[in-house]
Amino acid sequence: MSITNATTVDEALAALRANPLARLIQGGTDLMVEVNLNRTKIEDVVSLRRVAELRRWHVDEESNTLRLGAGVPYAEMERAPLCDYVPALAEAARTVGSPQIRAAGSLGGNLGTCSPAGDGLPVVSALDAVVHLRSHDGSRDVSVHDFMIGVKRNARHTDELIVAVTVPLVTGFQGYAKVGTRNAMVISAASACLVHDAAAGAVRLALGAVAPTVVRTRAAEAWLASETSLIGTPSVSEP
Amino acid sequence: MRERQMRADMATSPNTTISASTGTTTDRSTRSRHGALGTSALRPDGLPKAQGRFAFSSDAWADNMLWGATLRSPHPYARIVRIDTSGALAINGVSAVVTADDVPGKLTYGLIASDQPVFARDYVRYAGEPVAAVAADHPETARRALEAIVVDYEVLTPLTDAEAAIDLTRAAIHPDGNVIRRQRIVRGDQHLVGEIVVEGTYEIGMQDQAFLGLEAALALPDDDGHGVELFVATQWLHEDQKQIAACLNLDPSRVRLTLGGVGGAFGGREDISLQVHCCLLALVTKRPIKMQYGREESFYGHIHRHPATIFMRHHADRDGTLRRVESRLVLDGGAYASTSSAVLINAVTHVQGPYRCENATVDGYAVRTNNPPCGAMRGFGVVQACFAHESQMDKLAAACGLSPVDIRLKNAMRTGDKLITGQVVESVAPVERCIRETAALPMPEALAVAPDPLEIPGGSGLTAQRANIRRGVGWGVSIKNLMYSEGFDDYATARCHLANGVATLQFATAEVGQGFVVLAQQIARSVLGVDTVLLEPISTDIGSAGSTSASRQTWMSGGAVDGACRLVRERLFAAVAGQHGLDPLRLAIDGTDVVDTLGSLRISVTDASRGLSFDETFEHHHRKTEELDENGQGNCHVAFAFVAHRAVVDVDPELGLVKVVQVATAQDVGRVLNPLAAIGQIEGGIAQGLGLAVMEEIVLRDGKMRNPSFTDYLLPTALDAPDVIATMIEEPEPQAPLGAKGIGEPPCISVTPAIVAAIRAATGRELPRTPVRPYDIVFGP
Repeated sequence: MSITNATTVDEALAALRANPLARLIQGGTDLMVEVNLNRTKIEDVVSLRRVAELRRWHVDEESNTLRLGAGVPYAEMERAPLCDYVPALAEAARTVGSPQIRAAGSLGGNLGTCSPAGDGLPVVSALDAVVHLRSHDGSRDVSVHDFMIGVKRNARHTDELIVAVTVPLVTGFQGYAKVGTRNAMVISAASACLVHDAAAGAVRLALGAVAPTVVRTRAAEAWLASETSLIGTPSVSEP
Repeated sequence: MRERQMRADMATSPNTTISASTGTTTDRSTRSRHGALGTSALRPDGLPKAQGRFAFSSDAWADNMLWGATLRSPHPYARIVRIDTSGALAINGVSAVVTADDVPGKLTYGLIASDQPVFARDYVRYAGEPVAAVAADHPETARRALEAIVVDYEVLTPLTDAEAAIDLTRAAIHPDGNVIRRQRIVRGDQHLVGEIVVEGTYEIGMQDQAFLGLEAALALPDDDGHGVELFVATQWLHEDQKQIAACLNLDPSRVRLTLGGVGGAFGGREDISLQVHCCLLALVTKRPIKMQYGREESFYGHIHRHPATIFMRHHADRDGTLRRVESRLVLDGGAYASTSSAVLINAVTHVQGPYRCENATVDGYAVRTNNPPCGAMRGFGVVQACFAHESQMDKLAAACGLSPVDIRLKNAMRTGDKLITGQVVESVAPVERCIRETAALPMPEALAVAPDPLEIPGGSGLTAQRANIRRGVGWGVSIKNLMYSEGFDDYATARCHLANGVATLQFATAEVGQGFVVLAQQIARSVLGVDTVLLEPISTDIGSAGSTSASRQTWMSGGAVDGACRLVRERLFAAVAGQHGLDPLRLAIDGTDVVDTLGSLRISVTDASRGLSFDETFEHHHRKTEELDENGQGNCHVAFAFVAHRAVVDVDPELGLVKVVQVATAQDVGRVLNPLAAIGQIEGGIAQGLGLAVMEEIVLRDGKMRNPSFTDYLLPTALDAPDVIATMIEEPEPQAPLGAKGIGEPPCISVTPAIVAAIRAATGRELPRTPVRPYDIVFGP
């Protein structure tokens, strides 16, 4: 067993290139559970915890987007200023595990595991996020809808690293709700993220834990856009 | 006046509030002295536990040790055709593989009946039953060795329906038969029909103790191979010793146990789990063996709370006076007997609740199935009975046009009343006071117009709409026996040594988190007037203290420590009296001094005991009890404690989610010895009872557990726990050595029916089953 404690993205990518079968670990909130339950055997590990670059985020005023490093912990998404930029993401982050788990877990982990019950995924889906992937040979951007391809399956190549996610900053209501059988620290029985993109005149709704991947309710969105007068009216556009 | 005062105090305290209703006067000078009885003395293991420095049994380590691991049956019922261990033995690093063939002594163990195999030999009777164990140089090697053991099973159809186990046409799954025990109670008029009759059938799911410190032990073999030393997290060292020695064919004196750090127990450590396996591997390999379960294995490795189906029919006069109860109880004991017969006795003898009732017709069964074995868990049979009788009391109240409080006050038991067993309740029985003082506690504030979302059903999931939330209030009252029953000679041993003003205590009382270690220190401080009280390791080097269960250690081991300290004090007084030519009866302890109550002599205990050494051992026995006769009549219990709970819940009826807002309780405690420890037991018990009310259940399908993990077996979190307001009713119990009743079990018993009643009130659903699931609230009857 080998462990690479990467401190830069390049170091992590070099280690992945050398051993594409190595398992990536950021917070470990999914991987270590699998290991402890003996469902996964790990030989080689590339740890991303010390990669500062993955924990950064910035707002691009020009494109009006937020680029969120894949390792930014949920605990940070819950707090200002991030919670003001993407309120639905903050609400989703609050439903993740315990404070200890939220201090460790990240969107990169949610996307990497790609469980349909991943708490952050309905938000990135409803926001039409872009996933930024890098490998030793280059980088590519993938729509989150193309990235999530099945139950715990995604479009990441084995030598790639999820480095960041970009989401648009939208005006209008956005919110997240999750049904579980306990008032905290519970896997979702169902979850939903609703985003009203006021500028685009669109409502987008993503559902979690109801299908092999997080799904968008395109028909409902289209109906809202074409058949109702709800969109754009102040009574529903602001909380 | 006093109650008004109390309410005023309550109103100023936002979260948990304690109030003691009356003070008691005992050791006048020591009651308020730091660390003495009656103070919130801090436990010696408290800070180390909070800081992560406490050594739990899973932290035990020895040079040259090997790791033990257990192979378990994947089938709930199967015949073992063949076991081939050669593949495991061939693995480099594997030192031993043991099966039933390697057990040198008795092949079975058990707390009451010895019916559970150390390793399954011919049949496996539950999914998770041990079949073999290995010792290896690393946990991973041990795990691979388990995979390499080949067991050929002839899979059989499991018996998983408790009702079918009673049916004699079904073949026995164990030589001892499918009915572990049947007990009837026949009392009074068997044909009485009340003016008001209400009935119902109630179900209680299988709860797990879910202690956080997993099973773990370290066994060290003696050099001559004829003895073993075991460090283990358990509830009863001497019972383990007896059972281990029998299975290993060793003299009990050659099996020495020392308590490892215990992280909770709640009944789940009363049975043998890994003890015999660990010691056997140590003897076979002549090496220290460490064994520890993970969370999933822990679910398979210990017994659970009995699931039960209880039919009840209550007969009452039109005014609500209870006249007769009828009940049929079926408790699923799972594959092996464990303590099922005692759990059944508790259930049937408490099925009328804390109410006067002259006529009873009760038929109870504890049966064997191929489900996981069930045994002791906090509340021990009374939890199941209480859910049924309290649900019935609400039905009766509705039928009589009374409030839930009034029906209970009308029938509340008093000292001197008889149980349906004919036993006179000699204990202090302040049932009415428990109800009235609970009712006097303040209700929570109404739900805010814009509540904090974390404070409403669904919590962080943000699912509930303020306008949809419905609030309900429910009641539960219970009676719980204290100590062991049915003629068992229950005792506890303690030793006290005093020299130079320092007391040293020794006992085998398992400290499982309840706080006996600090209580023992408090007793010594109060009785002997010392400040420093040292504790010897908890081990079998001294006589038995009995089990840390049945709410018994404050009474039993507390009585033993008190007795040993009093014997030492007599000798100290004799020495001082001799030196000063006084009658020792004139001497007393005042603070940390020995004083002459009729003169001026005052000498510190330190000076008085300087250069002297007093060493006394005391055994405390409680009064004798009897077995029940065939009609369930007899003085089978020692004493009783009572408690009332009022629960306020908010419900989201659309999603079936619940937030328990507040639980108010008044508990009959006898005397408060440590207010901090007492409120800890009350809050913890309420959280555990809340778990059984709304989320905790081991789900079985065809005998197999579906949720053996903390991802799927849900325990209440801080967001699920309610505000607790508690009144402790202090009416010292004359039978109890310190005037104090056990307080561990009552908090978790009637809170469950109180919460379910509150959900019923909020939703109008019948909810005859606990735990209440979201489905039951949305779609249930």
